[in-house]
Amino acid sequence: MRTVYKVLTHQLRDLSRSRAIGGYAACLLLATWGLVHFGGGTERALPSLATLVVLIVPLVSLLVTTSFVYHGGDFIELLLSHPIGRRPLFAGIYTGLTLPLAGAFLLGVLLPITVGGGLASHGREVALLALAGTLLTTVFTSLGLLVSLRVVEPARGMGLALLIWLVLAVLYDGAVLLAAYRWASHPLETPMLVAMAFNPVDLARVLVIMALDASAMMGYTGAVFQDFFGGATGVATAVTCLTLWTAVPALLALHTFRRKDF
Amino acid sequence: MIELRGITKRFGAHTVLDALELGFASGAVTAVLGPNGAGKTTLLKSVLGLVRPDSGSVRIDGAPTDDAGVYRHRIGYMPQLPNFPPHMTGRELAAMLDDLRDFDGPADEELVDAFGLRTELDRPFRTLSGGTRQKVNAALAFRYRTPVLILDEPTAGLDPLASLALKDKVRKSRDEGRTVLVTSHNLGDLEAIADAVVFLHEGRVRFEGSLTELLARTGRASLEQAIATLMRGPAGAADADGSARLPRPHPHMEVVR
Repeated sequence: MRTVYKVLTHQLRDLSRSRAIGGYAACLLLATWGLVHFGGGTERALPSLATLVVLIVPLVSLLVTTSFVYHGGDFIELLLSHPIGRRPLFAGIYTGLTLPLAGAFLLGVLLPITVGGGLASHGREVALLALAGTLLTTVFTSLGLLVSLRVVEPARGMGLALLIWLVLAVLYDGAVLLAAYRWASHPLETPMLVAMAFNPVDLARVLVIMALDASAMMGYTGAVFQDFFGGATGVATAVTCLTLWTAVPALLALHTFRRKDF
Repeated sequence: MIELRGITKRFGAHTVLDALELGFASGAVTAVLGPNGAGKTTLLKSVLGLVRPDSGSVRIDGAPTDDAGVYRHRIGYMPQLPNFPPHMTGRELAAMLDDLRDFDGPADEELVDAFGLRTELDRPFRTLSGGTRQKVNAALAFRYRTPVLILDEPTAGLDPLASLALKDKVRKSRDEGRTVLVTSHNLGDLEAIADAVVFLHEGRVRFEGSLTELLARTGRASLEQAIATLMRGPAGAADADGSARLPRPHPHMEVVR
């Protein structure tokens, strides 16, 4: 744990100077402030903000993580030439990526809402939005690490990361809608719920939908999930699935990291 | 003393290291040579644990290497490409490595002075030239006074004065009884510091012995000519009796059994 903490603190210090993390926080801050200020208050801004979050957070998390591994590969090699085990180094890198990314997200979204008084009036909704964004950060950091550690060539790795984002954030819901349209005469609740568990972006949508009651705006699978579960059970199920979406790729990435040749 | 026992490494269908049996003695500078793709860097990285051999074992001073990397307290490494974090300064990097190694000094800063790096250490790496980054790279490798030094292309990018200072430091380390492994394409530099030569070709040891022995066996006057002779293959002078194609311990080395 001591080594993990040391790697983490050094990485936090280095990433705190990174323009990518600062720019990410600034863009979210500007977008949230704009939506709250010009959109007629927190309540009306939250659905748009939720849509923005489920698209932007996965993309930035994937890009920052893959870029870190591909540009920092030599530095990882240098660290591994010192008396540091691969397991604590991986844990330090993982937490050193998720903490600044999640911190930038929370700062960018929560600060304008809090200043605008939205946290006091819509605490539960804002908390669920914060939870969804944080979990999306951990999920896509895991996926980014898995891709960049397994695919040696940076161009292919970055391309695969973008493809993952495109499929999960954009194409997946379209495919689900098409399937629902094609088999509209069949009972589709169970297949829809299974389909949702296979997409972390949809799971994060559900977390927000639970609070906003805006399922019609957030995709067909989100509506099904809300109808079926509703309330605390839905939140717990979505959080459990997202935790699994974080843990499984992270463990696979650790497995790869421990055997990787540098 | 570094011992490699039956080290095999394959990348796909390509066998890079083929059941290598080697010993690198303390108090000697051993040059690891071979054509491009011969497995030199893979060999050095196998000792460091950066490359995971498919089979075989590495022992440093009799102790096996471990997954936690504790044995790397005994190794100083100078990688080929000093690609340090651009925002970090040399001093910050040294402090970070001191922290990770639980090192409380005193550090060996002889090369810092020899290279005139004191002020450069306070500048971010992104503002340093390639040569200056390579000087920091060298200074970090020697910083921890480790009994084993692994230097991958150490003089690449260094100006003549810095190259001389580094070679002096390598010789001094050898005289202090350290084990030094070095690989370089600059054979003139290697000739100036190497006591022993290991020549790899297609993942196997084609020659292992002292520099003097290599020159005698190939009948050449310089390391460059001797290596060229070995690289030309079976028709080379070294292969006349086949002896140079077998791993042979040189006078400075203990045989690994």
